[in-house]
Amino acid sequence: MVMSDMESAPAAPARIAGVDEKILAERAREAASTRRDVLFDVSRLTVSYADVPALKGVSLEIYKNFVTAFIGPSGCGKSTFIRCFNRMNDLIPSANVDGTILYHGIDLYGPEVDSVEVRKRIGMVFQKPNPFPKSIYDNVAFGPRVLGWKKDLDARVERALRHAALWDEVKNRLKASAYSLSGGQQQRLCIARCLAVEPDVLLMDEPASALDPISTTAIEDLMHELKREYTIVIVTHNMQQAARVADMTAFFSVEVDEEQDRRTGVLVEYDATPTIFTNPGDKRTEDYVTGRFG
Amino acid sequence: MSVTTESLGSRSHGDRVRGTAFYVLLLVSVTIGFLLLGVLLVDVIRKGIGYVDPTLLNEPNSSDPNKAGAGPAIRGTIYMMILLLVMVVPIGVGTALYLEEYANRERWYNRLLEINIQNLAAVPSIVYGILGLAFLVRGIGLGRVLLAGALILTLLVLPTVIVASREAIRAVPDSIRQGAYALGATQWQVVWRQVLPASIPGIATGSILALARAIGETAPLLLVGALTYVAVNPTLLGSYTALPVQIYQWIARPQEEFRVLAAAGIIVLLVILLTMNAFAIWLRNRYQRRW
Amino acid sequence: MTAQDATAAAQPEPIRLRGERRRWGEDVVKGILALCALVSVATTIGIIIALVEPSIEFFREVSIVDFFSGDRWAPLFTPASFGIQPLLVGTLVVTFWACVVCLPCGLGAAIYMSEYARPRVRNVLKPALETLAGIPTVVFGFFALTFFTPLLQDLGLGVNVFNVLAAGLVVGVMLIPVVASVSEDAMSAVPQELRDGAYALGSTRLQVSTRIVVPAAISGIIASYMLAISRAIGETMIVLIAAGGIAKITFDPREQSQTMTAFIGATGIGDIPTGSIEYKTIFAVGLTLFVITFAMNMLSIRLVRKFREIYE
Repeated sequence: MVMSDMESAPAAPARIAGVDEKILAERAREAASTRRDVLFDVSRLTVSYADVPALKGVSLEIYKNFVTAFIGPSGCGKSTFIRCFNRMNDLIPSANVDGTILYHGIDLYGPEVDSVEVRKRIGMVFQKPNPFPKSIYDNVAFGPRVLGWKKDLDARVERALRHAALWDEVKNRLKASAYSLSGGQQQRLCIARCLAVEPDVLLMDEPASALDPISTTAIEDLMHELKREYTIVIVTHNMQQAARVADMTAFFSVEVDEEQDRRTGVLVEYDATPTIFTNPGDKRTEDYVTGRFG
Repeated sequence: MSVTTESLGSRSHGDRVRGTAFYVLLLVSVTIGFLLLGVLLVDVIRKGIGYVDPTLLNEPNSSDPNKAGAGPAIRGTIYMMILLLVMVVPIGVGTALYLEEYANRERWYNRLLEINIQNLAAVPSIVYGILGLAFLVRGIGLGRVLLAGALILTLLVLPTVIVASREAIRAVPDSIRQGAYALGATQWQVVWRQVLPASIPGIATGSILALARAIGETAPLLLVGALTYVAVNPTLLGSYTALPVQIYQWIARPQEEFRVLAAAGIIVLLVILLTMNAFAIWLRNRYQRRW
Repeated sequence: MTAQDATAAAQPEPIRLRGERRRWGEDVVKGILALCALVSVATTIGIIIALVEPSIEFFREVSIVDFFSGDRWAPLFTPASFGIQPLLVGTLVVTFWACVVCLPCGLGAAIYMSEYARPRVRNVLKPALETLAGIPTVVFGFFALTFFTPLLQDLGLGVNVFNVLAAGLVVGVMLIPVVASVSEDAMSAVPQELRDGAYALGSTRLQVSTRIVVPAAISGIIASYMLAISRAIGETMIVLIAAGGIAKITFDPREQSQTMTAFIGATGIGDIPTGSIEYKTIFAVGLTLFVITFAMNMLSIRLVRKFREIYE
């Protein structure tokens, strides 16, 4: 991975589809002022479903307290990739993961690693809000309860809801069904649910794609707040969103094997977000971010 | 213009006649069952309602039709229902959970298990009676007791409960499971705290329908000895009889008075069963969730 | 919780991703659930053993050739005779008359529900059919004996007090919901595009139903037929009550006749001694019944899988 020097990131030429230069400049400043501690070290990761590779040979590093975005056209394996970080792919019997993901230097797919322990530290928010068919309170309390954290449950729930900027909206109806919330509120409830188990990392798989613009803004603002304490990895198909929230951006693409009729995702380029959007090193990235493809 | 209209009209005329005839045939097919059900209900009520009285509900059977009742049979059926509920629901739901949440479909033994359950659902009920006769009554020498009858009915409706429970469990969207796993829940925590609570209405509906089917069963009970005279309340390991068996016994008598008594017994049985059915359907409509 | 707290909590404490201990509870639970699943396997094995073992003893005493070729069934008489043909014929005739009712009516009901009925009507019909399917067979038997047979007598058909016709027709009524529900499942699985394509070519609803939907759902319909036939063969109470108790070879539905199931029921009621030849006949006849219905069920299950595979 070639990392360009953050200080000398060039002023953005105005050729990117709808991405504000000021935002990118801000991203660059922020990234420059944050120390880069490697949290995840992925090397040569290949994921196959029933022996057909969906994603091939991905290597990259993810830094602590950064927001890292995975972008790319549909079918490029970005969702498959993010699910490797908390071993959600384990739940698909035909899925097979090769290569290593080191987390704090421990291989997540090592023989003695327990997927349940992994998921306690690495939470996930899904594309469609998926609150449990229970009350708002019970949704947030579910995680602490399964971990056996019974002390100060009320305080923990309140803290998680405040963190997710939802407390003021729901504090008077904690016993109401989670389904009574709006889509955007439901998604923030799902974030609160993750925060209640005090994870290290938040994985977000297109968290705003099913939401209206106002709710999307709320979620994006929340990410800015949360990255001070958490490391966030987000999959998005929305480039503006990546530009707005991410410090680092990885662009994935699809390689089509006509003969075998297979589509395999590959990592094309990974760099600081301003670089990806203003000065990409690969023609495919440039085509994608300028809207010529995808 | 007029030619077109005419040809359109003439063509649709023949089609209309045929279409209407077909529609009438379909209506007859649908309604014939209900029509007969209606006739059956009226017939049974007309014959038997006069005999539905405290004697019928409390007294034991007797050779005098005016003194004969179905008290022990009704209580036998109720006890059997409780025993069934206790046995068939845990085993049925357990099997359904295993198949839906744990079993790897790729494995041959799990596929065999599924086919086995489908096949068991279609085995004639009298064959279950033979199983009970060979293993329970004679084999382990349990004798012709209430427990033997309840065990056989449990096995008989187990496939129905499994199928209904599986459907209810399958209807719980995967996003719920994923959400729970992503919080660090173990598989059993996901199943016990999310999947099972969300599928309870469906499981309850299916179980009640299965239970209603079980307590209306007669044939297997004939072989495991429900056809006995019982004067007192049945006990777990004592001789017993059940309402449908008592009804059969009355039908089998040549005297007209016992036929009337049978009709009265049928009214009681149908009231119990239709109440259960209605409750199950109400439960389904009330708690049905569209995910 | 501030940023400092979070880092402080994460950093000094070494990261452990190993399970604190092996989760025995999880394995125990899986084991218990698998045991539940084994109950149904044990049931099948139990049925087979229960049927086969006494049958082997039975066929030591009665030759298997006599059993299938004999045309006289009189196990309780002296001299006893063990030709199963009368029971097979009785079963066949009952099944035939049941099919006369349930195959067309079940299919018609399924077409109506899948192609004609508005959702509201369907939402009433389905539970109503379930209720019909939930009526105990002893009730249907009573109905056949005390209402249907007198009705047939009044019509001047000259039927016996116990007769196969009334029993068979009532079995058929009982099976309408069975045919209807499985067939309707298969028809609902036919993709809407097929129908739309036919309607776009100017087909009527009748043509779409009979030429598009029924052929497309044919494996499911046949499966429902197999299931219904299997159920008719295995039905006990209606025939035991209404068809009489004399085993004889007759194809006249106005006569009385005994089926395999009715024989098992009638013989099993009495307290016959274990080990006697009469006792063993129950199992030999039961095995015959089981083999026939098993074959039909397996065929039906395979056909259902086929239509599921095509459209799902």
